[in-house]
Amino acid sequence: MKPRTKRLFFVLLALCCVGAASALITKAMKGNLAYLHTPEQVLAGEVPEGQVFRLGGLVKEGSLERSKTDLEARFIVRDNRNNEITVVTNKILPDLFAEGKSQVSRGKMAKDGLFYAEEVLAKHDAEYMPKELSDTLNKEHAPAPAKKGTYQ
Amino acid sequence: MIPEIGHFALILALSIAIVQGVFPLLGSLIGRNNWVAIAKPASFAQMFFLSVSFACLLFAFLTNDFSVKYVANNSNSQMPTIFRISALWGAHEGSLLLWALTLGGWGAAVGYFSKGIPPIMLARVLSVMGLIGVGFMLFMLLTSNPFERLLQIPAEGRQLNPLLQDIGLAIHPPMLYMGYVGLSVAFSFAIAAMIGGKLDAAWARWARPWTNIAWMFLTFGITLGSWWAYYELGWGGWWFWDPVENASLMPWIVGTALIHSLAVTEKRASFKAWTILLCILGFSLSLLGTFLVRSGVLTSVHSFASDPERGLFILIFLLVVIGSSLTLFAFRAHKFRSVGIFSLVSRESGLLVNNVILIIMTATVLLGTLYPLIIDAFGSGKISVGPPYFNYVTVPLGTLLLITMGFGFFIRWKKDQPSRILKKIWIPLTVSLVAAFVLPLILISDFNVKTTLGLFLGSWVTLGALMWVVSLGRSPFKLPLSSWGSVIAHIGMAMTVIGITLVSIYDTEKDVRLEIGQSYDLAGYNFAFTNIESLKVDNYIASRATLDVTQEGKLVNKMYPEKRDYGRDQMPMTEAGIDAGFTRDLFAALGEPLGNNAWSFRIYHKPFVRWIWLGGVLMGLGGMLAAFDKRYRRTRKVIVKQTLPSSELKNSSDQVSGATA
Repeated sequence: MKPRTKRLFFVLLALCCVGAASALITKAMKGNLAYLHTPEQVLAGEVPEGQVFRLGGLVKEGSLERSKTDLEARFIVRDNRNNEITVVTNKILPDLFAEGKSQVSRGKMAKDGLFYAEEVLAKHDAEYMPKELSDTLNKEHAPAPAKKGTYQ
Repeated sequence: MIPEIGHFALILALSIAIVQGVFPLLGSLIGRNNWVAIAKPASFAQMFFLSVSFACLLFAFLTNDFSVKYVANNSNSQMPTIFRISALWGAHEGSLLLWALTLGGWGAAVGYFSKGIPPIMLARVLSVMGLIGVGFMLFMLLTSNPFERLLQIPAEGRQLNPLLQDIGLAIHPPMLYMGYVGLSVAFSFAIAAMIGGKLDAAWARWARPWTNIAWMFLTFGITLGSWWAYYELGWGGWWFWDPVENASLMPWIVGTALIHSLAVTEKRASFKAWTILLCILGFSLSLLGTFLVRSGVLTSVHSFASDPERGLFILIFLLVVIGSSLTLFAFRAHKFRSVGIFSLVSRESGLLVNNVILIIMTATVLLGTLYPLIIDAFGSGKISVGPPYFNYVTVPLGTLLLITMGFGFFIRWKKDQPSRILKKIWIPLTVSLVAAFVLPLILISDFNVKTTLGLFLGSWVTLGALMWVVSLGRSPFKLPLSSWGSVIAHIGMAMTVIGITLVSIYDTEKDVRLEIGQSYDLAGYNFAFTNIESLKVDNYIASRATLDVTQEGKLVNKMYPEKRDYGRDQMPMTEAGIDAGFTRDLFAALGEPLGNNAWSFRIYHKPFVRWIWLGGVLMGLGGMLAAFDKRYRRTRKVIVKQTLPSSELKNSSDQVSGATA
């Protein structure tokens, strides 16, 4: 093989690899990105139905209820403007989970207006809230009138 | 007094690093031998003062000197001694000191084990390492001094994060740092080669053992980290694609590519500019990893409290390092003409494919890791990239990589005949295919494409490695260490792949609610919750559950998962109960009390999970063996001879070594 054909071959090989990788990446990115939303954004209908997303906010004091027979737990997530959404989960709550503290859960809104979480995270230490969550919660919004979630 | 000595020693180490970074390099350029000669003693002196500094901080931890702010924030007198030591690198300032000490140690080691390296080359290598040290020590002294004192001395210190009070964590960061920082040696060799404008087989022989050792530490560090996360975080996972895990994985992948590319550079005088580029990339990714962890820009289980000023400093340092080395590369790359030619079917081509795949893997992991940052920077929301993304991309690439790996053992350098290779591979190919299809059918009477693929890849690589080493036709005692290393490392890779495949497909996990007296069946095992008690240990109170695990009525083991309360606003800790085995692990973590004597449990059955770490240990071991090959020491005599003849002969040494290797 001539050096030039060989070089051409290697360039083509590299291009194929890059192309294949890009295709894989694009495909993999779809559906594996989970946006972080606050209850306010969810109640305002900013999240398309059936989409997996992460719901971030504070656990409302006194809202945690547990089933007497199985692992199911329900609690209310609220933001700084008193928008509230009820979360239902069948998973173990993390060590740091506590009423009045921040949490991020991943899951979907269902037709019944409840958020079904596949995973509940409380990734902060005793003092700090994750930066992305405090950013999102503190973002400037027109102060919405205090309301109970329309979903409930 | 002692902390002040430590602080002072750190400043002295910085001054020495500045001298080490400037004079040997300048001297090598303008031909002043006495400046060149500074390099080695300077590297020893820098190491000495860094050790003094480190020892002083250690002393402060051991004596509970809470007048030192860093000690007061991370340690208290109730903690066991071992964790008061490891608390030193449990937070930002101390881990930077450990980093600097490691860098000093690598520099001194290069200085000490450098008998065959020409003084000019050595001076340049140590200068570059000195300059890196200057960056880190400035960073420490300006933004994060571990020796800072408190005016009001607290009677008792705060706690080290309980997660970090564990033996796995006592050794995981030092290992990882040895690896991260070790890549700076390869980087410094690359910069020195670019300054000199010459890159020959001898250079590759100097750089190879250092790269191997760094890679070994990185391998052990990552393996330890994975194992630690498995038993300590209580989630039972061994890899989460967490940004900080990715930050350690990327330099490892590039280091793997570099080891293979260096082999080609040494033996075939090819891939030269590419090797240099990999050296730069490897160390840059190490720095990027440090930036990601230290700046707190990413949400991760590893994030410490963030400080924008610190992040900015590392970012600027990163830009200076990458920018200057790539600029140098742009000016000097044309000098590194690869003279070794090779045809399409050759081991070089195989290793090229290896490198291309590994770099694409790095790029995809990098993209997935930084994507949330990029999206956030454009203001389009806060996102997280889930593990499926990484699995989706790395699994096909890894498959391709392992197929090539098996072929690689049978292909000759420079030029080979496809027909000759076919004759060689049909046996291992058939055996591994049969094994992959038949074994699952016999053992678990199940057919799953993914299992078959994983088993095939694992046995294909293992058989390839074994047949290659047998075909060398030497007795095991006369086999060069590098061959041993290669075989062991590749078999380790195969084991890890098999472990990952089996545990990903066949593991079962369940979160359950159990009252005392209740039990749960999982994967043929019965987990009975028989007791819960409260214990006071060292500096925590533990709630310890007892689970009787039975299989077909026979008691397998008793498991004692614990929940530990460290008090004082610290988070509780989950200590999993694990029944480890060669072919399966049983894992139980205690959740929380649910009232009525009921607790939540997380119960897992993980087949072959140990293979993942066992493979990691083998890989690291292989890397170490290869680094101690006699060849790297023997060649020093050859180099001395090579430097004697006229300069033309020196320039042609590439071809000479290429032809003889």
